Amino acid sequence: MTHEQAKILIGERFGGAQVEPASADATAGKGMALTVTVPPGDWRPFASFAKDTLGCRFFSFSTAVDWKEQGLEVIARVDNLDTGLSIFMKTKLGPGVSECQSLVPVYRGANWMERECYDMFGVRFDGHPDLRRILLGDDWVGHPLLKSYAVDTPHPPYR
Amino acid sequence: MTLEATPTTRVELDYSGGERLTMNMGPQHPSAHGVFRAILTLEGETVVAVDAVIGYLHRCHEKLSETLTYAQYPSIASKTDYVAAMTSEFAYVMAAEAIGKIEVPKRAQYLRVIAAELQRIASHLLWLGTWCMDMGGALGGGATIFLYAIREREAILDLFESLVGARLLYGFHQVGGTRYDIPPGWADACRKTIAVIDQRISEYEGLLEDNPFFLARAQGVGYITRELAEDVGIAGPLLRGSGVNFDLRRSAPYSSYEDFSFTVPVETAGDCFARYRVRMVEFRESIKIVRQALDKLPDGPISSRPGLKSVAQIRIPKGEAYARVEGPRGEVGCYLIADGSAKPYRMKWRGASFSNLAVLPHIIPGHKVADVVAIMGSVDPVFGEVDR
Repeated sequence: MTHEQAKILIGERFGGAQVEPASADATAGKGMALTVTVPPGDWRPFASFAKDTLGCRFFSFSTAVDWKEQGLEVIARVDNLDTGLSIFMKTKLGPGVSECQSLVPVYRGANWMERECYDMFGVRFDGHPDLRRILLGDDWVGHPLLKSYAVDTPHPPYR
Repeated sequence: MTLEATPTTRVELDYSGGERLTMNMGPQHPSAHGVFRAILTLEGETVVAVDAVIGYLHRCHEKLSETLTYAQYPSIASKTDYVAAMTSEFAYVMAAEAIGKIEVPKRAQYLRVIAAELQRIASHLLWLGTWCMDMGGALGGGATIFLYAIREREAILDLFESLVGARLLYGFHQVGGTRYDIPPGWADACRKTIAVIDQRISEYEGLLEDNPFFLARAQGVGYITRELAEDVGIAGPLLRGSGVNFDLRRSAPYSSYEDFSFTVPVETAGDCFARYRVRMVEFRESIKIVRQALDKLPDGPISSRPGLKSVAQIRIPKGEAYARVEGPRGEVGCYLIADGSAKPYRMKWRGASFSNLAVLPHIIPGHKVADVVAIMGSVDPVFGEVDR
């Protein structure tokens, strides 16, 4: 499937999605990515669509970005290893919102990635079977990758 | 291990019931290759559930990178995957170059390829040695292959030492090229070293594959289906061991990989032995690529970056990029968001080991405890990269 075909298919199924070529994808050659921004409500339906219809069965990673007053943005990248089509899925949760649909029912690889995202950003993934901290200790206070979390935040009893 | 011999928790030797025992493996376990804790639920000798506990080595590289400039971070990036330090530096500078549309001279691209492939050989050697040591008894006494492999790896580290002055964490890459050029006589020393390794790899192969104990412990153990491999997002030799013909050097070439001829090994069995076979072929292919790169090494500058007067001098314009390189353990990705200043706004590591390790809870149940060690070794995790 080419990018043009993928673009048309996405446009037909998800009217609210915004599709553009990823602004700079370092992988030259036939691997070019499409960035698809969907409303939070379409997050999991779009992932199912990407997997089943676009053939992006490879779950690369997911994470979040803290855009300060504009709120959190959740990102996931999935690839179709046969055709080289890559999809950067993005959804803006909006200011003050930290709930997002979980992708675990679609991709098993999302399990650890979303736990990390919860650990670092405090995003609560709805439908995640086992949402607990993964890299930090269970007693850690706060979510370090938020821009409001200072690098030198004290963490007793260590500092 | 001692068991409380109370009537409710007693586990008999001829155990065949439904009672379960929770066993803690790690975080200090000789086979863990780092600090990894697996909480195993056992029925007799069989694992029925596993909870993986990671994070012991977490340093929050992603937060740290927001406080360091594009000139400072590459040498810190090498500390994510310290067994293949060249790889993560490579991914980071490629992401910055993609956003800034910074040209990398041809010679620097070739030098990067040489460093990356030597690193792959060194990393696979460490994997071969430690994995065979994990399965100790199978090889007639333990550390034989380990010591051989470490000897070969030392020769590669010697090459890196004369190239950059460091043996483990290099700081070889910089935004725009490489920091060091190869010194006089280095190319010949490199050719000699890889010729020796090329020959010895065949010896180890014979030693292992003629050993029925090794085959019994590796074949049919830790089976990963193609469907599971893609769904979890495992990469590198694990993915190719499960029948997926995908290698970034071939599928999405970067840094002039399209100039070299090499084959991408694919095995369909999906077990520990398949992953072993993929890596053994990759040794030879990496050696081939290094030879070609040394033969065709173009003249010219090694970096497009002017000399720096301050660490904050490199500014990357607003934008984002995802750069991925095929590391020894698979796709190492760096997702970078730049805001026009001298430091990234956000940086995300896609650690190959993190995704590879996430497959363990799916494949370990059903195996014996002794197989856990063989399976974990075949995944080849580096915990610096898992925990970042």
